[in-house]
Amino acid sequence: MSYSEKVIDHYEHPRNVGAFKKDDDGVGTGLVGAPACGDVMKLQIKVSAEGVIEDAKFKTFGCGSAIASSSLVTEWVKGKTLDEAAKIKNTDIAHHLALPPVKIHCSVLAEDAIKAAIADYKKKNGLDETSAA
Amino acid sequence: MSDMTAVQGTKSNGLAQPIYLDYQATTPCDPRVVEAMLPYFTERFGNPASRNHYYGWEAEEAVEKAREEIATIIGADAKEIVFTSGATESNNLALKGVAYFYREKKNHIITVVTEHKCVLDSCRHLEQDGFRVTYLPVQKNGLIRLEELEAAITDQTVMVSVMAANNEIGVIQPLAEIGAICRKHGVFFHTDGAQAVGKIPLDVNAMNIDLMSISAHKIYGPKGIGALYVRRRPRVRLQALINGGGQERGMRSGTLATPLCVGLGEACRIAQAEMDEEAKRLTALRDRLLKGVSDRLPEVYLNGDAKLRLPGNLNISFAFVEGEGLMMGVKDIAVSSGSACTSASLEPSYVLRALGLDAEMAHTSLRIGIGRFTTEQEIDYAINHIVEAVSRLRELSPLWEMHLEGIDIKSIKWAGH
Ligand SMILES: Cc1ncc(COP(=O)(O)O)c(C=O)c1O
Repeated sequence: MSYSEKVIDHYEHPRNVGAFKKDDDGVGTGLVGAPACGDVMKLQIKVSAEGVIEDAKFKTFGCGSAIASSSLVTEWVKGKTLDEAAKIKNTDIAHHLALPPVKIHCSVLAEDAIKAAIADYKKKNGLDETSAA
Repeated sequence: MSDMTAVQGTKSNGLAQPIYLDYQATTPCDPRVVEAMLPYFTERFGNPASRNHYYGWEAEEAVEKAREEIATIIGADAKEIVFTSGATESNNLALKGVAYFYREKKNHIITVVTEHKCVLDSCRHLEQDGFRVTYLPVQKNGLIRLEELEAAITDQTVMVSVMAANNEIGVIQPLAEIGAICRKHGVFFHTDGAQAVGKIPLDVNAMNIDLMSISAHKIYGPKGIGALYVRRRPRVRLQALINGGGQERGMRSGTLATPLCVGLGEACRIAQAEMDEEAKRLTALRDRLLKGVSDRLPEVYLNGDAKLRLPGNLNISFAFVEGEGLMMGVKDIAVSSGSACTSASLEPSYVLRALGLDAEMAHTSLRIGIGRFTTEQEIDYAINHIVEAVSRLRELSPLWEMHLEGIDIKSIKWAGH
């Protein structure tokens, strides 16, 4: 398996690795995937009072493409509103990273992670229950 | 041990190419093997089946010498060695050849869930053709239970096929005990010796082995050649899979590849002469590597029996770090992983699963193969490299974080995908 330069770059220099305090009201946490399937992503967003994602952190158990996908989305969500972030599509992630077909599931997982983090934030703050997964 | 310089030299800064630590996948040809083969490509090109002139005799003599060297390393007679294209073909020939020859009398075969794909796939083929196959489970350490083997034998059982050493976890099955059981019940015993020949002492008579598959490229010989040992007394008969000019006493037609035969013979000769010393050296390197990483990293688990295993094999799970991600991190060494991602399927290694390993642990494994040209310096480099990569990836791992927080990852309801 050969990796694209972008995947290698994110793998070797992952952006925004780390964790926020889960209990903070301004933090939304998404934990998706499963260890048994070989990938787990934890994506956290820190949301301002205005509903803008100010910061994001991730940790990922998985292959290089999974790490790169989650690292990439931490960059992408920053500065976006929740609604804008929710529109990020796995196909954009896969395209940007030039993921091969067998690695598309990594980008799907990254999209799921964003959605899960947003849903968690909304649930905590009593917003828009309908989109809470 | 030979004093040849390592194929993969470490330079003072960085590496010319990754350090090869995948000796169970294949091995480089020993330069002495290449040397022995060379004349048979050019001057001594005759067809060993040409009985009527010098060129044929010369080639035949070389092939027969090789046959003798192969036989010697397993305590067999040269007449019992059939050349094939490799262990895949040998396993096919042993399983299908025996099954079809005796099909009027018996229709049951016993094998093991951790066998190489070519054995399992041959068995599947036979099942589709009406044979019954029992797949024995293995214990946590990778070894079969002899009672289970004996209990599985019926009056319909024609053959038991149990590999000598496993290609992923390196565990060595109790061949002599298996052979004794098979002999007692009048059942043929075939063993896939691809990983074991030349690495550990084998004796077809002491171990009551009736058929054994051999591969050259696992023992510093060329790719594309192997052999099948077929016992003559008491005689094992098989139906040929490849028909033609009747070479190899009708068991495998086709013009013999003289240079490759010579290469396999020379590889066996060297392996036998150097086995004891090489095994000692590789065991020391293996233990050094395992100790090196376990001293510096917590949550490191060896898969497969610690003692009953090949000198040059390690299979280690680095908990909370996914294997393919790890392979990308240890790019200065060439190893392989039991993780799903390295194969086209999403299933992690069936061998590791057969040990009862959770899928998540199977996903975190690396197979490290140490061999004739591995140096202590390379092992020390690999230790540092692995420790750094695992540490870095654990910092990145949400599972490691949970582990440190005392959360049992099994207590979480994971979604799966
Ligand atoms: C245990 C075992 N059996 C069979 C084979 C197949 O051998 P060959 O590559 O010679 O066909 C291998 C190697 O991949 C092996 O490790």
